[in-house]
Amino acid sequence: MTKDEVFNRVADMISDQFEVDRSKITGDLNFKSDLDADSIDFVEFVLNLESEFGATIDDEDAEKLNTVNEAVDYIVSHS
Amino acid sequence: MAGILDGKKIVIMGVANKKSIAWGCAQALMDQGAEIILTYQNERMKRSLDKMLADVDVKMFECDVAEDANVEKTFNEIHNAVGNIDGLIHAIAFADKDTLEGGVKNVKKDGFNLAQDISAYSFISVSRYASAIMNRGGSITTLTYIGAVRAIPNYNMMGVAKAALEAEVRYLAAELGKESDIRVNAISAGAIKTLAVTGIKHHGDLLKMSEGFTVNGKSVTPMDVGKSAAFLMSDLASGVTGDIIYVDNGVHLIV
Repeated sequence: MTKDEVFNRVADMISDQFEVDRSKITGDLNFKSDLDADSIDFVEFVLNLESEFGATIDDEDAEKLNTVNEAVDYIVSHS
Repeated sequence: MAGILDGKKIVIMGVANKKSIAWGCAQALMDQGAEIILTYQNERMKRSLDKMLADVDVKMFECDVAEDANVEKTFNEIHNAVGNIDGLIHAIAFADKDTLEGGVKNVKKDGFNLAQDISAYSFISVSRYASAIMNRGGSITTLTYIGAVRAIPNYNMMGVAKAALEAEVRYLAAELGKESDIRVNAISAGAIKTLAVTGIKHHGDLLKMSEGFTVNGKSVTPMDVGKSAAFLMSDLASGVTGDIIYVDNGVHLIV
């Protein structure tokens, strides 16, 4: 998958989960500061990410994902 | 199509999101014709439910099981809203991160008490107040895990709490069966990727190990567990009480 394809799917997921306008989702968007994600939101996002892409994301790696781009890069480099 | 739970009102405690085992139970019960009533811990957890259930007409009540008064109040509210109930599914557990991750030897009194309180005592409390508004012939089921009877790596304190929970199933089955012909059982579910399992250290390894021990190479799904829950809630399970039923694709045959 190309980075653009992954980004589009991740952006769709975020738009759905956090109920934000799809057009406002950029790579720099930060889960905590921009989306107000609490720990439950974030774990749910990671679980969704894993089922969407059939990936396994370790806790240690998940904790380092702060922005949309970081999540997209993780998926691209692990699939 | 006639369902095995037509006309039954069943309370389900512990749906957090679509991946919850309790949500698999809710779906399986609705498929069999049950009217389900959900409880949630607090406003934060309600937010996820509201979104999931936007198109479904399901009654929801707040119930933080940390206080008996909340449990009593919730079941009074449920009684006022729907009348007597026919069943209850308890899918609630909690331990704080330090208590879970530090190994059983290092568990402190506070962490022990909190885990036992929310994961094991809550089943006594909800069974007490639920049975008071439950029709004769009703059914109560909780969720447990094989870590109650085996030393599963990293399951730690939660295994201790689940052992207490499984003992409660037997005593409550004896008491409630005698008093009100209510059956009490537990489903010991295989490891499933849910919000709850993420509290276990190296849960990825636990899930992989568990899948490796299944007879067919596949972890069970919340829906698999839900279908057995539907059976236990139904009159088809009359005669089944005080039991721990494994729904784990055979993991317990090897572990």
